[in-house]
Amino acid sequence: MAQEAAQGVAQDVVGRGFGRPGDVPGWVGYALLPLLNLLAALVLSGLVILVIGENPLAVLTLLVTEAVGYPEAVGYTLYYTTGYIFTGLAVAIAFHCGLFNIGGEGQAYLGGLGAGLVGLALTGWPWPVAALAAVALSGLFGAVWAAIPGWLQAKRGSHIVITTIMFNFIAASVMTYLLVDVLIRPGSQSPETREFDPGVWLPTMDRALGWFGVAIPASPLNLSFLWALACCALFYLFLWRTRWGYEIRTVGRNERAAVYAGISPSRNIILAMAISGALAGFVGVNEIMGVQHRILLNFTGGVGFVGIAVALMGRNHPVGIVLAALLFGVLAQGGGQVSFEYPTVNRELVMVIQGLVILFAGALENLFKPQVEALFRRRRGGPQAEGRA
Amino acid sequence: MEHAFLVALLLTDATVRVATPLVLAAFAALYSERAGVVDIGLEGKMLAGAFFAAAVASSTGNPWLGLLAAVAASVGLALVHGFACITHKGNQVVSGMAVNILVAGLAPTLAYAWFRQGGQTPLLPGEARLPQIHLPGVEALAGIPVLGPVLGPVYRELIDDANVLVWLTVLLVVATHWVFTRSRFGLRLRAVGENPAAVDTAGLSVTRLRYQAVVVTGVLTGIAGAYLSTAHGAGFVRDMTAGKGYLALAALIFGKWRPWPTLFACLLFASTDAVQVRLQGVPLPVVGVIPVQFIQMLPYVLTVLLLAGFVGRAVAPRAGGIPYVKER
Repeated sequence: MAQEAAQGVAQDVVGRGFGRPGDVPGWVGYALLPLLNLLAALVLSGLVILVIGENPLAVLTLLVTEAVGYPEAVGYTLYYTTGYIFTGLAVAIAFHCGLFNIGGEGQAYLGGLGAGLVGLALTGWPWPVAALAAVALSGLFGAVWAAIPGWLQAKRGSHIVITTIMFNFIAASVMTYLLVDVLIRPGSQSPETREFDPGVWLPTMDRALGWFGVAIPASPLNLSFLWALACCALFYLFLWRTRWGYEIRTVGRNERAAVYAGISPSRNIILAMAISGALAGFVGVNEIMGVQHRILLNFTGGVGFVGIAVALMGRNHPVGIVLAALLFGVLAQGGGQVSFEYPTVNRELVMVIQGLVILFAGALENLFKPQVEALFRRRRGGPQAEGRA
Repeated sequence: MEHAFLVALLLTDATVRVATPLVLAAFAALYSERAGVVDIGLEGKMLAGAFFAAAVASSTGNPWLGLLAAVAASVGLALVHGFACITHKGNQVVSGMAVNILVAGLAPTLAYAWFRQGGQTPLLPGEARLPQIHLPGVEALAGIPVLGPVLGPVYRELIDDANVLVWLTVLLVVATHWVFTRSRFGLRLRAVGENPAAVDTAGLSVTRLRYQAVVVTGVLTGIAGAYLSTAHGAGFVRDMTAGKGYLALAALIFGKWRPWPTLFACLLFASTDAVQVRLQGVPLPVVGVIPVQFIQMLPYVLTVLLLAGFVGRAVAPRAGGIPYVKER
């Protein structure tokens, strides 16, 4: 009993227990509860909109229309979605190993450095080479930046939540130093590098589809969107169809059982964090190689934190993550547009909705669970449903 | 010589100014974390405090009402955290993150809608800010022979005209030490953070104690926020806390979750801030010019090193982060 409690302690400290379906049909845990939580978050967001004196329904309708109502907007929405898929997957794989990676922001920042160095170095090379190199180096930079806290957790017992927060700040300082003192374009006033050679830019989706004779409106959406979808598939195959994935999930579920099964927790903690960091680092490919074409300050803009919301909403599963990333993409794009239409609304309203979604989908995920479970117990009736301890 | 003395005094003064909100926030977290509720939502609660203090002070002209509003807003958020983590046994880190992101959006949204100044509150006039306390006798002290030239500047730069919240913070530090070592409430809080089951067995309510702890956290982070916008600053600006909540958390860990070491950590971290302003572009012997960013990241690096056990060892409250479930 005491041992069990101690085990529970060790595991809870690292932050686990997300998205486990309770004793109800699967779809309740994966779809109904998240939707109820989303609804609660939206209702409260509506209240905030009321407080600032606008009509919530009108604002939310406009938000959705501006995000998916016309082809150009869809491009922008999917561009935001791309980054959120990467960070959502990053947070999710750490969750599967029982780890809470709050450092997505810093890992994405470092990933951008990796992608950017490729962009600066490979002038004159064909873009596919640059793209592959950027994926490799951004992944590597992100992986290293996440593996250090992973190593500290595994070998030295340093709490990963705190170390990843600290690493976000250290990353910000390192990047500011590099951009202000080292990589800055000579003679430039603003801390950013020179623009890359257009030949190595990652093609935008409209350009790429243009090669096949398909015309879509121009938007920042680029080929890294396809890489994000590929990562989702790889994520699924890795986690549920390989031995490594199985080991990571075992460590996440029950570290003690993993040890008995001959699985090394520390090895898997470091591995999971490295993969997590690599996934977050890919944000750099989307932002730096695909859109900005130079390294600049704070290009991540909170994408690492939104990843937490995405993973929580998406129940740590790639399909859920794509859907949740889409939802947050809609919010990001629509929210920006709404601020042009309503003088009293600004972009930050989106962060209010994000915060509420994290609150309800994450911290208050059990808010509606007792009621929903009771509902199902009553429907099924019989004592066997009551027998749950 | 005299110049160096004055510089040291000014540095100390700057350190105290920067340290005050850090100490308030770190001590706020001390109450919560020693009771077993991890709080990474300090940043959000401070930001809410800063906004509501400035908003109310700006519309009523009364900084004390602003302080009250800041405390109320911050306690409200603390109760949300408590509702999620204590009542519903939700994940404490997720809840803290949610508070941070929610307020990072809410404060500028409300500021934008209410004041129409691009997410800021109007600049506060002097009387709408929390006052400084002017002490008598500056001239008299400076007039003392021999000691006067030393004590005079110390008194003038450091002690006289300190903000009322600085004094409050000094009181808070002493009081907190007393609470955690002498008072029944503090000892119970410590117990509930180490072994809630034992506290429960003794017939005390774990839920009640933890709620009390998060409310204290809310009060103190609210004051910290009010300090930023109505004492140190003169109005709310976007992202005013700029990571101070996380820095306070780092200080708490660096102080090993104990009052005096936490105070020391806050002063140390604050002094890096004061020093980096002075060291900008100044070449040092041997190492040359140190980039500001390296001084800025020092607190975070130190905290990581401490957590890794390379410089001492920080042991967190044993039940920290774990919701308490009564045995069935």
